[in-house]
Amino acid sequence: MRRDECPACRRVLPLRAVRIKMFATRKRDELNAFSVRLAVAAALCAACTSGPGTSRTPSPPLRWGGDAEGGAPFVEADPADPSRVRGFDVEIAELIAKGLHREPQFVQVAWASIQQSVERGDFDIGLSGVEERPDLAAQHALTLPYYEFQEVLAVRPSDTARFRKLGDLAGHRVATLGSTIAYGLLLDEQKRSGLIPVSYDDDVHPYSDLVAGRVDGVLLDNIIADRSLRRTGGFVIQRDPIAPAFYVGVMARANSALRDSVNRILLDGMRDGSVERIMRKWNVWTDAQAMYVNGLLTARTTDSTAGTLPAQGAARATVASYIPSLLRAAVITLLLSCVAMALAVAMGLLIAAGRVYGPLALRVVLAAYVEVIRGTPVLLQLFVLYYGLSSVVRLPAMLAAILGLGLNYAAYESEIYRAALEAIPPVQLEAARTLGLSEMQILRLVRGPQALRLALAPMTNDFVALLKDSSLVSVITVVELTKQTAIYATNIGSWVVPGILCSFVYLAFSLPLSRFARRLERRWSMS
Amino acid sequence: MNAPNGHALSVRGLRAVRGTVEVLRGVDVDVARGETCALMGLSGAGKTTILRSVAALQSFSAGTIGVGGFELHPGPVPPESRLREFRRKLGLVFQSHALFEHLTVLDNVTLAPMHVLGWPRSRADEAAMKLLGSLGIAERARAYPREISGGQAQRAAIARALAMDPLVLLMDEPTSALDPARRGALGETLRALAAEGRGLLISTHDLDFVRGFADRVVILADGLVMETGTPKEILDNPRHPATRALISNS
Repeated sequence: MRRDECPACRRVLPLRAVRIKMFATRKRDELNAFSVRLAVAAALCAACTSGPGTSRTPSPPLRWGGDAEGGAPFVEADPADPSRVRGFDVEIAELIAKGLHREPQFVQVAWASIQQSVERGDFDIGLSGVEERPDLAAQHALTLPYYEFQEVLAVRPSDTARFRKLGDLAGHRVATLGSTIAYGLLLDEQKRSGLIPVSYDDDVHPYSDLVAGRVDGVLLDNIIADRSLRRTGGFVIQRDPIAPAFYVGVMARANSALRDSVNRILLDGMRDGSVERIMRKWNVWTDAQAMYVNGLLTARTTDSTAGTLPAQGAARATVASYIPSLLRAAVITLLLSCVAMALAVAMGLLIAAGRVYGPLALRVVLAAYVEVIRGTPVLLQLFVLYYGLSSVVRLPAMLAAILGLGLNYAAYESEIYRAALEAIPPVQLEAARTLGLSEMQILRLVRGPQALRLALAPMTNDFVALLKDSSLVSVITVVELTKQTAIYATNIGSWVVPGILCSFVYLAFSLPLSRFARRLERRWSMS
Repeated sequence: MNAPNGHALSVRGLRAVRGTVEVLRGVDVDVARGETCALMGLSGAGKTTILRSVAALQSFSAGTIGVGGFELHPGPVPPESRLREFRRKLGLVFQSHALFEHLTVLDNVTLAPMHVLGWPRSRADEAAMKLLGSLGIAERARAYPREISGGQAQRAAIARALAMDPLVLLMDEPTSALDPARRGALGETLRALAAEGRGLLISTHDLDFVRGFADRVVILADGLVMETGTPKEILDNPRHPATRALISNS
């Protein structure tokens, strides 16, 4: 996933889409061989298809899916006309549509959903910096790669000499987008050297956190790295790339006829220079890309045997293989939720007490806090806490998540407690006063305990809600249950089993809580 | 702990305003040690306002209230920190009992001794059980307020008020929820409490109860004391129209 500038205000827009994961790496020559076979297959199939101009009925538009949130140079809203999109992926789509004698029609889709959407028929082809991976090819029809990019390592200038490759970063935090080829490379390196992968949901904050010292390296596509360097600076990109990879178009698995036509068009585009012109226009034409195209066109004339997609080596992950990681994520979710709720309860009690007993100035301040927190999205608060304050205090992700959720829910809890405190009959407080108890003793011994019983049910509801809201903290790099489930679902290309498993875990947490609360309510019910 | 004038409770020239209405217009009431004094009057006469003012739960505009040497003066209710000594001299039993619903009867009674007097739990429990035993509800000590009858709740509330051994005990409509048998038992209890040297001021509509157990009755109407005397003098030979109206409405 990428981000770019808003065409209207020219400000940087964060991207929240998640890139497809990649847990296996491949050597460049393997990829090239794979691509060559695809190209030849496409050429052979092209010979059997009708040529342009044979269609006698108007062709339907070519619906292509992409994520304009990805930004330039991939897909972005055109600053001159924000209702249109531009970028090299846009022009590749136009090239393909022209070859098919169809009109291109853009369909906006979240980057992480491109594969699922194309499979369910929302559009004909997905083009938005989709990385080529064996497991993706096993689940969908992929075009031949139309662009080769490099996974490059970015480090702080002071670390240029000591962090040259991933192996140098043993024990250090290295950021990337979650569920990408780069993330897979980091996971592999973690097993080898103990490097610590840190997953992000956008491609801007890894670099800002690198500059801020939260992470010690960033591994991402060279296009994204170059863009971030131009935009923010403060880091260097190591000269030697870590690994090559490719962008492809993705189609429904059953749509092999379209794939073959698209491959023929892409090969023609490479042969006549159309692809090069597009890439040069967007300033992403590289020597590696030129070598890749030349190799592809040369191979087409020498290899005429490969006619079908190669068998994919990537085995589908079994359910069992994901259970441990889901359980680990579930523990994180539970731990995060419990600590955040404890903070929310403590803060909520203090805020409620301040609003009920405090002087006017304090009541005004606390009321403002409650209204501001309740009136703004928790997602925004997490961003501000983790990224916005990073120049002042660099909170670890887990701590920021606990603080963000805890402080947010404290506002809601305080309203529950305030209402509960005010619901205690005044005669109870007067009875306590006539006994000589101080106001603090009355709160602690009489009013508070009775209010707690009234607040129990809404508190439990809030805790269940917090359990689910904890999924939001993935935006600040914490991989919890929902995030892990999303990774799992993307890997196997289905949400059915991961969704059921994830739901089961959430229910396993929340149902006993609800039962416990109902039992306490019955026990504490007041006549 | 006698008041300077020899009374356990001395109310002088008490005036109180609620909104734009002057609900008390100069009330004088004295309660001697060992005396049970009944405040009577139709609804709105000012009985509860007198009790709440004496208990320092609401402010009054003029007059003084003296309890065992401690005086309350007109103006806002003082902060609790300045009422600590006063609170130990005076107990109040609310009409609704106002027991703390989250505590057992025993814990209701031990709450103040433990947290105001600083007694250890064992001492507070021992004293509370003795008190509950004297009021006949020791067997319900572990019950929660929602689990006991109205009569038991009232005795629990009395025990809670007595736990601090006050000089003056105020009671608001103590017989309103009691059957005749319970009413008699309550009267005997109050008589015993007065015999210990306490002054009891009781707001009530119950003529039979007053006749049976009060030493003196004060008739209130329109925020003023209309007449005062023994129950026999006042209730058997009413002179003031307010007293006659009270008797005819009972």
